[in-house]
Amino acid sequence: MSTAVRSRSAGRSDRRLPTRRSTELLYVVMAAIIVGCAEAIVEITRDNKVSSHVATYAAVTLAIGVIAHIAIRRTARYADPLMLPCAVFLVGLGLVMIHRLDLGLAQQASEQGGTYAGVAAASQVVWAFIGLVVFLTVLLVVRDHRVLQRYAYTLALIGLFLLLMPAVLPARFSEVNGARIWIRVAGFSIQPGEISKICLTIFAAAYLVSKRDVLSLAGRRVLGVDLPRGRDLGPLLLAWLVSIGVLVRDHDLGTSLMFFGLFVVLLYVATERVSWVIIGVLLFIGGCYISYQFFGTVKERVNVWLHVFAYLQDQGYQMSQSLFGLGTGGLFGAGLGGGRPELVPVAKSDFILSSFGEELGLFGLVAILAVYVIFISRGFATSLAVRDSFGKMLVTGMAFSFGLQLFVVAGGVSRLLPETGLTTPFLSYGGSSLVANFGLLALLIRVSDAARRPPTTPPSEVTTDSGPVPITVDGAQ
Amino acid sequence: MTSPLAIQLMRFAFLVLLWLFVWGMVRVIRGELQSSGARQVQSVPKARRARKAVPDSRPSRNGVSQLVVTEGSLAGTHVALTGKPILVGRANDSTLVLTDDYASTRHARISETNGVWYLEDLGSTNGTYVGQSKVDRPVPLEAGVAIRIGRTVMELR
Repeated sequence: MSTAVRSRSAGRSDRRLPTRRSTELLYVVMAAIIVGCAEAIVEITRDNKVSSHVATYAAVTLAIGVIAHIAIRRTARYADPLMLPCAVFLVGLGLVMIHRLDLGLAQQASEQGGTYAGVAAASQVVWAFIGLVVFLTVLLVVRDHRVLQRYAYTLALIGLFLLLMPAVLPARFSEVNGARIWIRVAGFSIQPGEISKICLTIFAAAYLVSKRDVLSLAGRRVLGVDLPRGRDLGPLLLAWLVSIGVLVRDHDLGTSLMFFGLFVVLLYVATERVSWVIIGVLLFIGGCYISYQFFGTVKERVNVWLHVFAYLQDQGYQMSQSLFGLGTGGLFGAGLGGGRPELVPVAKSDFILSSFGEELGLFGLVAILAVYVIFISRGFATSLAVRDSFGKMLVTGMAFSFGLQLFVVAGGVSRLLPETGLTTPFLSYGGSSLVANFGLLALLIRVSDAARRPPTTPPSEVTTDSGPVPITVDGAQ
Repeated sequence: MTSPLAIQLMRFAFLVLLWLFVWGMVRVIRGELQSSGARQVQSVPKARRARKAVPDSRPSRNGVSQLVVTEGSLAGTHVALTGKPILVGRANDSTLVLTDDYASTRHARISETNGVWYLEDLGSTNGTYVGQSKVDRPVPLEAGVAIRIGRTVMELR
């Protein structure tokens, strides 16, 4: 069997498999055009004219998209073509809405005789570019996602460290609006929870892949449910307890829910045991009851959730304004720039979905949610297609946590669930969330490249000394 | 300058634009599903045409195009058969990376010669089975016959 024939046929089959990079570029450009249109509509509706910086946000979107696209073309040729356009679209639309809220707040301030320094959109642009740098770095450094498996415990330590930092730092470095989840250094404030989420997802994936067999096989049967041995579960339970403990201390309900959901789902995916889901749901119900009884924040949020209009003027103000906004929007929305989404306090971070609901209506909001669903479904498709277990677990974890976060945020905005204070990925204002999600995007793209790449001749055939001898099919015949 | 009518038009046009974007992406996904489906049931004429041009890289004559894992932790995974050998084992650089305590680091190889796919055991500890028999030398593979490695079962389709 001559290698020359092999490599020639390899080249041919490579050409036959499309990389779909031009599809990606096309949709990135389309996303930028939509962002440009959105900004133009905002300006025409509000000021009756198009200002000179109408193209700014479209240009920012296009620049980020095209640079990321070139990097993918160079280092991850076979990656999924839709993930990047979805992300770029959401970032761009978020920028337009944040800018629009800036305009609204400035108007509100001038009506009340004050001034508002509208810089949120500008700083979000800066964060988007920092996110792009992180994206490029992750894509260039992590050439093979399986390498991450080696650093699982290191990453777990980093994740826990970042999570613990705000709790042990003095309040003036860590407290913003009563929640101690920040690190504030030199004018920058970072919310490390988002970054530690990715680190801990990688750890959980690596740990569960290596321990999957003991977790699902060893152990005793109690009441028809297979329980794992205590020592197998130790590190995971410890990680869980530490993160939950810290988060309860920090009064950050949303992140704590996210971590728990992530671990339960990964355990279920790794072991295929329904018993984990049952244990998880029971623990979750117990956790809900205990935190409702012992933590004032939780009790208050549940009360606001159940009786929002009884607290119309105080704790329920934000929630009820958000509901009024969604109601004003109706089916088709007030049009971009036509509503008053700035009436919702801190609309740009926690309640940006209700701003979109007010201005684009149900139809627009569902379109945005559909883009999210496409992104998440591409993640799950990748996890089905990738050929190694670690990649499967990693992508499943990331796609699931993304979906859960979106569900919790959308549920909170529409009063399906109590409000939790999570950010809307890619869309909402907030530097650390944006940067962390760009990192997550890079990892997803890296794994999807591995999943869609046609199988190549493994290098071990030539390199390893004790490796397999060359195939001798002809001789054996 | 701009009439309310124009603003109303823009309002609806933007919603249409949003949905066009979503619709376009759904079409891309649909196209991918269809093309992978077409590859699965690759028509025979296509294979013949390929044979005429390149005798060495055509799909084999029993029309298999994929290695599909049917049981075990990787169940549902597909590996397209492109004419290049497929290395199966726990090594990270394998084509199909098994996380199976009963598989060896470099467990088995599946490769093609003259349109026939052969399975070869690479000196694994627990052996490779085709149907009920243990593989001790390269054996030709038929479509749909179970290949068992540790707790993982796969077959050509």
